Amino acid sequence: MSRVYVPWTPRPTPHYRGPARLLAGMAVLMYRVFGPVVRTLPGPILLGATVGAGVLAWAVGLLYYDVNQALEALHHGAAKPAGWALPLGMTIESAWSVRQLEDVGRSLGLWMPGRAMWVFQFLLVRDVVGLLGIITFVSLVAVIGIWGERKVAGHMQSRPGPMRVGGWHGWSQSVADGIKLLSKEDLIPRSADGVLFRLAPYLAFVPALAGFIALPFSAYWVFRDLDVSLLFLLAVLGIEVLSVILAGWASNNKWSLFGGMREACQVVSYEIPMGMSLLIPVMVCESLRFNDMAARQDAGWFSWLAFHSPWTFIAMFTYFISSLASCKRAPFDLPEGESELVSGFHTEYSGFRWSLFFFAEYAAMFIVSGILVIAFLGAWHAPWPAPDWLRENQGLGYQFLHGLAFSGPIWFIIKCALLVWLQMWLRWTLPRIRIDQVLYSCIQVMLPLVMVCLLASTFWELWLGSAGEAFSLLAYIVSRILGIIGLIALFATLYVIAHGFSNRRTLVGTMAVDLLPGA
Amino acid sequence: MKYGLSIAAGLGVLGLACLAALLSRNPLDAFVFYCFGGLMMGSSLAVVITRNIVHTAVWLLGTLGSAACLFFLMAANLLAAVQLIVYAGGILILIVFGVMLTARNPYMRTQPKRGEVVMACLAGVILFGALVGVSMAGPWPVLAGAPEAGSAATAASVREFGNALLTQYLIPFEAASALLLSVLIGAAYLARPEKR
Repeated sequence: MSRVYVPWTPRPTPHYRGPARLLAGMAVLMYRVFGPVVRTLPGPILLGATVGAGVLAWAVGLLYYDVNQALEALHHGAAKPAGWALPLGMTIESAWSVRQLEDVGRSLGLWMPGRAMWVFQFLLVRDVVGLLGIITFVSLVAVIGIWGERKVAGHMQSRPGPMRVGGWHGWSQSVADGIKLLSKEDLIPRSADGVLFRLAPYLAFVPALAGFIALPFSAYWVFRDLDVSLLFLLAVLGIEVLSVILAGWASNNKWSLFGGMREACQVVSYEIPMGMSLLIPVMVCESLRFNDMAARQDAGWFSWLAFHSPWTFIAMFTYFISSLASCKRAPFDLPEGESELVSGFHTEYSGFRWSLFFFAEYAAMFIVSGILVIAFLGAWHAPWPAPDWLRENQGLGYQFLHGLAFSGPIWFIIKCALLVWLQMWLRWTLPRIRIDQVLYSCIQVMLPLVMVCLLASTFWELWLGSAGEAFSLLAYIVSRILGIIGLIALFATLYVIAHGFSNRRTLVGTMAVDLLPGA
Repeated sequence: MKYGLSIAAGLGVLGLACLAALLSRNPLDAFVFYCFGGLMMGSSLAVVITRNIVHTAVWLLGTLGSAACLFFLMAANLLAAVQLIVYAGGILILIVFGVMLTARNPYMRTQPKRGEVVMACLAGVILFGALVGVSMAGPWPVLAGAPEAGSAATAASVREFGNALLTQYLIPFEAASALLLSVLIGAAYLARPEKR
């Protein structure tokens, strides 16, 4: 008699009843109907959906134009120019509104119940559309980010990365992974704390989503233009830590608990240099609002806050390092250190709950990059300033040109994507550091450095206002030199990228180092 | 149905909130207010009742978070963000962290004595009375029939807040910072390594 080792007692396959069965049947039916269509016409469907979403957003904007204006007047006084954001940061001046529609209905003799209309007031529809847009964007960031991360990892290790799923360079690998994760068994360890175990992934995902509420993509492309948007984002990133701690604790597993503890330790300490480095640009702009910070940097490369003074230049790097720690990217990915902690706080998670952690991680990567771009790297403005005739002209065509070539959400997304890419490079370049080194570098290196910068920046701003011509000239020269350093760094990076790309067939393994320019 | 009762209770509360909201002048705001107010009361009650210490901390997150949401509803954005950063992002995490590090058994359950319960009830009643008394003493322009000013437009901006903090309320502000500094030094003293 040989006994086969069974790690757990096999469970009966679930039989769906009632609404669940109805839903499952509908899913199968939809797959049978739409599967062939999607397989034959993927391109046109994607294009149509994109255009349709744009048209829908535009239509809703037109419909709710004057409600939008009234609300903005309520929230910001008369200071902010009102308008509805179109693609590329364009705004539109006149449009139909709910009230006009109601008037038209009345004049035609149609009965329009006033009480029923309040649901459509208060930008409820705009908010719903905006929230759907945010969720879609976060999902896209995660899907593209995970694929990009695997490609970056592959290319840095002399292998192609995902190549098969979907055709061109395995572009739909993350989609396939997502479907796999959705259909995986949802395991919860028997001795885990059930409620907190279920709660933790949502506590990770919801703050990441909430961060996009206050993150502007362009002057008008923001869900809620809070006057303390920077503080709000920091608060939201701070809450995300709790999810990791709770996930680690609720899993009832020593690896998970260690991961959670490390995360708590690391993030609580790195929040301090992170917030203090952001105080420096805040002090320069005298505002906690992202739109004010961006308005300060609209005159091209040399007006960007990173090149304002030596202190903002240093603060940019300290912020970048602490933001890596706060979204637990390598070299600070100790909470999941797979070489010693299996996979840290999400060891016990599987399926959809596990993927929520990843959605949250990639959303947080984008958010911290967005903060860096807005606070230091010129927000949504191009490196070259827009000419005055273009800025003053309010025609839609001019606005289109302005949004495409000078300042608009496209620039913001490009800059953020570059920074996310940089985070991926670093992850696959640097080794993971030990927890004591993490804390040493925070408390004994970063924190004093940032404090000195903060103090120096205070005096710098004070003297800029009061110390006369000579200091202003010095500050101007220093800022130009910093800008030139930045330009040189940019072009050097671009050159290395171009060199690597043009030699991508010859660079193999450790040989790559010998073939780099200057070797 | 394992969760049937709680789902039904939740739906009932939501329905009540809808009903109360529809009766008021500003239905959407009222609905959000009742939702977060209810959440806040429920989770504060749960903080007191729950015995598992980490669960208590999570319920506390509910309380603090709904307080922040109520601040957001009143367009007090700065207050809400600071509430989230200081309480939810800072203190709460330190509490959870402290519990995990210091408790001999992190899955510990609190067992209050009867005397402690009585004392806590007494303190709660006194605090509640004081709060109600103070809030009744202050003026309530909306209740008195004054027209609603554009609440968001008149809310103090961050700049005014900072100016007031560093001019009119400078001494309390500095006193608080001196207190925090002494706490910091004390913590550093306690945490220093033993001298050999």
